[in-house]
Amino acid sequence: MLPPVFGVLFDGLAFGMLLFLLSVGQSVTLGMMNFINLAHCSFAMLGGYVTVVLMTRYGWPFFATLPCAFIAAAVVSVGFERTLYRRLYRASDLDQVLLTIGIVFISVAVAAYVFGTDQQPLQLPAYLRSSLTFMGTRFAVYRLILLGLALAITLALVLGVEFTRFGARIRAAVDNERMARGLGIDVDRTFAVTFALGSGLAGLGGALAIEIIGLDPSFALTYLVYVLIVVSVGGLGSISGSFAAAVVLGISDVAGKYYIPQLGAFLIYLVMISLLMWRPLGLFGRR
Amino acid sequence: MALTEKVASPLLYLQAQTRWRPVEIAFWLATLLPYVLFPNYLSLASQIAITALFALSLDLILGYAGIVSLGHAAFFGVGAYTAGLISKHGWGEPLTGLAMAAVAAGLVGYATSFVICRFRHLALIMLTLGFGLLLAELANSAGWLTGGMDGLQGIHTWKLLGYFAFDLYGYAAYTYALAVLFLLFLFARRLIHSPFGLSLRGIRENPIRMPAIGAPSRAHIRTIYTIAACIAGVAGALLTQTTETVSLDSLGFERSAEVVVMLVLGGAGRLYGGLVGAIIYMVARDQFSGVVPQYWYFWIGIMLVGVVVFLPNGILGGLAKIASRWSRP
Amino acid sequence: MSAPALSTRGLAKKFGSLVVAGDIEIELPQGVRYALIGPNGAGKTTLINLMTGMLRPDAGRIFLGDADITALPPEQRVRLGLVRTYQINSLFPHLTALESVTLAVCERTGVARTWWRQLTAYPHEIDEAYEILSALALVSVCHRLTRELAYGQQRLLEIALALATRPKVLLLDEPAAGVPREESKELFAAIAGLSRDITVLFIEHDMELVFRFATRVIVMVGGGVLVEGTPKEIASDPQVRAVYLGKATGKALPEPHRERPHG
Repeated sequence: MLPPVFGVLFDGLAFGMLLFLLSVGQSVTLGMMNFINLAHCSFAMLGGYVTVVLMTRYGWPFFATLPCAFIAAAVVSVGFERTLYRRLYRASDLDQVLLTIGIVFISVAVAAYVFGTDQQPLQLPAYLRSSLTFMGTRFAVYRLILLGLALAITLALVLGVEFTRFGARIRAAVDNERMARGLGIDVDRTFAVTFALGSGLAGLGGALAIEIIGLDPSFALTYLVYVLIVVSVGGLGSISGSFAAAVVLGISDVAGKYYIPQLGAFLIYLVMISLLMWRPLGLFGRR
Repeated sequence: MALTEKVASPLLYLQAQTRWRPVEIAFWLATLLPYVLFPNYLSLASQIAITALFALSLDLILGYAGIVSLGHAAFFGVGAYTAGLISKHGWGEPLTGLAMAAVAAGLVGYATSFVICRFRHLALIMLTLGFGLLLAELANSAGWLTGGMDGLQGIHTWKLLGYFAFDLYGYAAYTYALAVLFLLFLFARRLIHSPFGLSLRGIRENPIRMPAIGAPSRAHIRTIYTIAACIAGVAGALLTQTTETVSLDSLGFERSAEVVVMLVLGGAGRLYGGLVGAIIYMVARDQFSGVVPQYWYFWIGIMLVGVVVFLPNGILGGLAKIASRWSRP
Repeated sequence: MSAPALSTRGLAKKFGSLVVAGDIEIELPQGVRYALIGPNGAGKTTLINLMTGMLRPDAGRIFLGDADITALPPEQRVRLGLVRTYQINSLFPHLTALESVTLAVCERTGVARTWWRQLTAYPHEIDEAYEILSALALVSVCHRLTRELAYGQQRLLEIALALATRPKVLLLDEPAAGVPREESKELFAAIAGLSRDITVLFIEHDMELVFRFATRVIVMVGGGVLVEGTPKEIASDPQVRAVYLGKATGKALPEPHRERPHG
């Protein structure tokens, strides 16, 4: 019989993986262009709503909706990047924060108007709602699949960044943008593609999140804080940093709510502040 | 004398900069209009004055020192709850209540300033956000002290100066809030035109160059952060005293975000930006108070995008641009 | 003999495997004008960053006069008299020229901490700023915003900011960089007019400046000091020529008729 801590760790890990998917794109694009995009979770929310619509209105199976969530978020984000964001790459932190918060507010209002303010119900097939029991502890199948999927994506990201030409361009642009341009790397295009990928991953995360944390219009704001914590604690531009920070944050949050519920969200804010004070550039940040 | 002639000119020029412009005097005279034109809206007017004071305190750190804070409501809330707790436990004298709120908020500001002054960019934004959220959570959990979701009960504000009672008509409330706003505005105006004010602008313009000219930037930031916290605390206390309630939304994220929106709308770094932004925002919100919150935030979002793209220095910045284009032949 | 104005002992810094400063020993006697030259990437700006405290060295010490300043933060070194200018202007765009220099003066005198009195109550500081600006022929534009000044005027303002701190040792990072010929006259005059009390080290690529103003020249290559001497000696030194022109002489020893450096 495993002690309950394993269950807590498992749930925390699953939540952490979700946070990672939601945050990794933000971390890399921030590290590359220093562009603070607070609307990142709006793209995640979009992915979630795409999944809901495809499943409830068109009867698609859950897994078939996931690529669509990814693509929809990626495409919409590119639209924003081309029209609005690229004017502000050299702008002040404040301007970037304000513009993207404005977009968040707009997205929340649009979602509320179109879908209403209630939680979106999701009818997953029975096998996804079941759980496996191992040594007396129940492990939800959904979370197992989420864990597997996230780890596979992480591996693909790490390998891609380390071993492909495109990945080399990403690393160069994050390391030293001016130098990368000087070497002939088209940083703007690299950034646009990375941005689309990151937003797509967020959309995927949003779709996967419905079963675990629910989906309503306030998603874009509520989970923004978590994402920002992961990104700032993990270090800008670092995939491994985001991974580590997401895991720490996920486990802290779940464990905190399980063992000391009176503390509420208090614990993660304290963890973030302490970690930032210890390492202001994040655990793995270099800038 | 040649030397006097040479040096008189820069001093006179700088002195001319600090003189009161006619439009400023017009502005402050206009604040007396509500007594005459909108006597039924005096309680709204006092809310606006309080919010304007809060926005002014943010301008000192954001507009002048360049510190982007998403958690400034923490100090507003500390001031509000301090005034509320003092009143609840028997001491309802308004002016001393204000002073104690200022001290409490100032102490919290001073303590956090040691962390704030060491960071910039995203880390700084996150820290201010984190502190604000942390304090809000603490206030929520410490229901025995703060009354939790219900807020504090049993606040009663004594007569101002022993004579003016706060009544439903709001005359006393508005006069009180307006007077405090004006006095603290004078203080802020003086600070901006001091050598310290110049240092703040230097920090905002080029934080990297400051140490290279021997400036103790961190010490400067700690000072202004503490002062801004005191003023925000006074604003919070004013709200408590004039409405005789205080609740968790006095230190929530919404309040922190709203004051940033107001300041940016009016134009940061111009001293009047926060005041103008507060007036416009609060009046608009009052007019559209029937609207569902999400739709209100929709228009705020549109406005934010519009301001950043078209009016980067806010309304006052835009007006200044128009004025300078007109004055050029 | 009094201690040199600025000296370094065994100053070293590397980033990973890239050695940007390798065991640098430099001594700048009082009042001398030194030029620091070398190809791009030689580590000249890195050396200035190490001296001013923007970079922490891996090893070595830095002395300002007799005082060991290795552990001091940048603003402390400025207060002790070690000041630099930047190769790319680092100014205050929305402050006027007068305000910028006045700010530097106020920070020096400690007046910048007062928030209860008006700036106009400090005529001494304003006068001093005005004097500095007039010495650099910037008085006519002193009330203009820095961002509206011509590039050459901005370079002069860089120097004005440094002078406002009353430096003992002044490190100029390519003062003439990017300044068009028409605007460089005032700049040259400003550098020539620097007081003899100030020890000056300037990085330059413009050989005309080096020959005009430098009493001695230090040549850096690959993070280390290659050779030091008078401008004439350096100009005729075959090692230096090889470094700049990329032609290896193939000879291990310098040519026999080369004068021995003295200084």
